[in-house]
Amino acid sequence: MMEQAGRQIELLEMSAPANFPYNYSCGKIGSFFFKKLRDEKKIYGRKCPRCKKVYIPPRPVCGPCFAPTDEWVEVGPGGVLECFTVVFFGFLDPMTGKKRPVPYGYGLIRLDHADSRIQHFLSENDPKKLRVGMRMEAVFNQEREGKLSDIKWFQPVE
Amino acid sequence: MAGRAAIIATGQTFHKSRRRDVNIVELIHEAVSACLQDAEMSPADLDAVLIGNMEHFEGVYNADLWAAAETGAYLKHAMKITTGGTTGASVAHAGYYHVASGMFNCVLCIGWEKQSDGDTTAGLIFQSDPLFERSNMAGAIGTFALAASEYMNKFGITEEQAARVAVKNRGNALNNPHAHLRRAVTVQDVLSSPMLASPIKLMDMCPTSDGACAIIVASEEVAKKKSPNRPAWFKALSTRHDQPFNSDLPLLINMRTLRDAAKDAYAQAGIVNPIKELDVAEFYEPCTFAELSWYEALGLCELGGGGKLMDSGATQMTGELPVNPSGGVISTNCIGATAMIRVAEAAIQLMGKGGARQVPGAKTALATGFGGSFWTEITILERD
Repeated sequence: MMEQAGRQIELLEMSAPANFPYNYSCGKIGSFFFKKLRDEKKIYGRKCPRCKKVYIPPRPVCGPCFAPTDEWVEVGPGGVLECFTVVFFGFLDPMTGKKRPVPYGYGLIRLDHADSRIQHFLSENDPKKLRVGMRMEAVFNQEREGKLSDIKWFQPVE
Repeated sequence: MAGRAAIIATGQTFHKSRRRDVNIVELIHEAVSACLQDAEMSPADLDAVLIGNMEHFEGVYNADLWAAAETGAYLKHAMKITTGGTTGASVAHAGYYHVASGMFNCVLCIGWEKQSDGDTTAGLIFQSDPLFERSNMAGAIGTFALAASEYMNKFGITEEQAARVAVKNRGNALNNPHAHLRRAVTVQDVLSSPMLASPIKLMDMCPTSDGACAIIVASEEVAKKKSPNRPAWFKALSTRHDQPFNSDLPLLINMRTLRDAAKDAYAQAGIVNPIKELDVAEFYEPCTFAELSWYEALGLCELGGGGKLMDSGATQMTGELPVNPSGGVISTNCIGATAMIRVAEAAIQLMGKGGARQVPGAKTALATGFGGSFWTEITILERD
């Protein structure tokens, strides 16, 4: 049957609220890193034997050198805040399937002895109380499970 | 030796936030039909169909197969290309490489996204590292907010200067019937719009759109014999990827991938002074601050001079190098189509089909793509 000209059609939607979990392998390097967070509250970077850069997050290969990283170097727990934001808009967190609580601060922190930065939560969620160049320090959770979130956040130390 | 290749036709949907009147393949079919009509061609004239979107926005993974009927790909050479935000430009580049290789003569390239079918910020979080980035990053808005804080601190860029980008691009969108947001805004409107993630406010940021774009890339022979439009020839292409983590990249917003790709593309095209030698540019500017910083990365001004270049009016429609006559990404953002719309709009300018958004006499046009961990695709087109 043909649609009648000019007549509005009721437009339908089909919902698919998936519960579709993933289980990501951490690999040997990720497992070492997360175990050190969990068991010793220590943060380790991975060093390139050629350019001597210490990478955080740790990774198996230095991109510019295409050389396997071969050494663990303890970094932080202090560092400098180089970028920050406070997030006010609400959104769905695909890691939990729930709305992520806002407002929250996060930033890029250059940890002492590291050549790259780590992206993580900040204790402060008032942008007026944050500034580029601030000294920060990692605060660890009491209960730790071998994930990045074992570091609760970075807080100003001034 | 690469053969010459040109864009001979373009097609776009009328982009909107929610197209509930069409499903995904119907949306794609609208752009494909418009493009074939612009080329005065039928699928029988095509020897390949390339398509791309960002899969995790809709949870649809095989659009190349699923939309074979609606794209004209039925029993033809077809493939899907997905590279994040750069997808649409990657598909266009793949169209060029198909034709320039001499193996194909007439290739239909399609980029599309139906963001209202999924959740954009959740989808964007899914393109970052699951172990180290997903738990805290807040999609493109959060990433650009981090980048803007560093940029403002380093060079004294102001929120007013960034707001002027929105005023310019949203104003230009009034001239583009395909643009999604078609309402002029003032600096005060931008500054007083709701804070999304400091310092990025609602009107600093691109919208989420449903839309599709298609172009036809043809060999020199087809372009000269069959094209009803003035061909927009590919003059230079360059692509760069970087380290996987945003946190690795020094001066995040300034994009060393863009700086490096621009240098490469300008060398290919013999361009020495881009602001003088380019006639029009279409940037993939997800936020206002990005456009300012990319003036610098593309060599239109010195590092840190993006705010001043904006203030000078050089990138307005009446300026030395109009940037985003289409209204840019701040006005329309159907992600898998977005980078292709930049290339298509650059081609439209060279074809002289820009209507109210036409830059008179444009001969050389630049389009950028942006995606993932700050990677880039640059396209430079020219006309005879």
